[in-house]
Amino acid sequence: MSVANRPTHRPLSPHLQVYRLPMLAILSILHRATGIALSVGALYLAIWVICASASPQTYAAFQGFNGSIVGRFVLGGWLFSMFFHLCNGIRHLFWDAGYGFELKDADRSGWIVVIVSGIATVLSWIVGLALS
Amino acid sequence: MDDRRTPLARARGLGSAKEGVHHWWIQRLTAIALIPLVVWFAISLIMLSGADYAVVRAWIGSPLVMVMLILTIGIGLHHAQLGMQVVWEDYTDGALRVVMIVFTKFLAALFGLGAIVAILRIGLGG
Repeated sequence: MSVANRPTHRPLSPHLQVYRLPMLAILSILHRATGIALSVGALYLAIWVICASASPQTYAAFQGFNGSIVGRFVLGGWLFSMFFHLCNGIRHLFWDAGYGFELKDADRSGWIVVIVSGIATVLSWIVGLALS
Repeated sequence: MDDRRTPLARARGLGSAKEGVHHWWIQRLTAIALIPLVVWFAISLIMLSGADYAVVRAWIGSPLVMVMLILTIGIGLHHAQLGMQVVWEDYTDGALRVVMIVFTKFLAALFGLGAIVAILRIGLGG
């Protein structure tokens, strides 16, 4: 086929600027993103117990940051990351065991992960704010 | 063993370091261990909302909590550095990759040990 006769409408690979990522792909990216966030969060957790062991002043400084606007966002993001990575991690373990590979099942388990981690995050904040 | 590599490749000794399965398996094992630990920790943390310095220290220092916290932070950091290793392997190359993986592992060991010492110090009174 000559260049001139080539069909003009040829399939294109997904173009990231206009292509809407499927929910499954977004969750996959989110699993890695929350994993990275939680790795930093684990260091933050270590700093928490180290501050608690150091002195009342050190702990007060640490708590002061947690109480600030930035601190609230960090803690909120950390809590959501933990619930999401936990739920999606369980989903991954089922895949590792060979279950839930059908598109329909993967879609459904994906939505369950989103809903459960969302509810758990909101519920934690409500209980946490009520107690403090 | 059926070795399909050329004699030269065999002589160079390149190929799989045969650590992949171990990495994969330990990542799953730590993931399973972290399910109950993280649920316990999340509930505890929410219950500790608004707790002051003395209450937090008393909580960290009780024997069962010490064990659970050391497990959570230790296994959590181990799982984290295994995951971060894969991230570096996917996105970086050459010397940078090696440096970042080693840095990640050292950081995890440093903070993990620091946290364990802190927990023991609170609980055993140092």
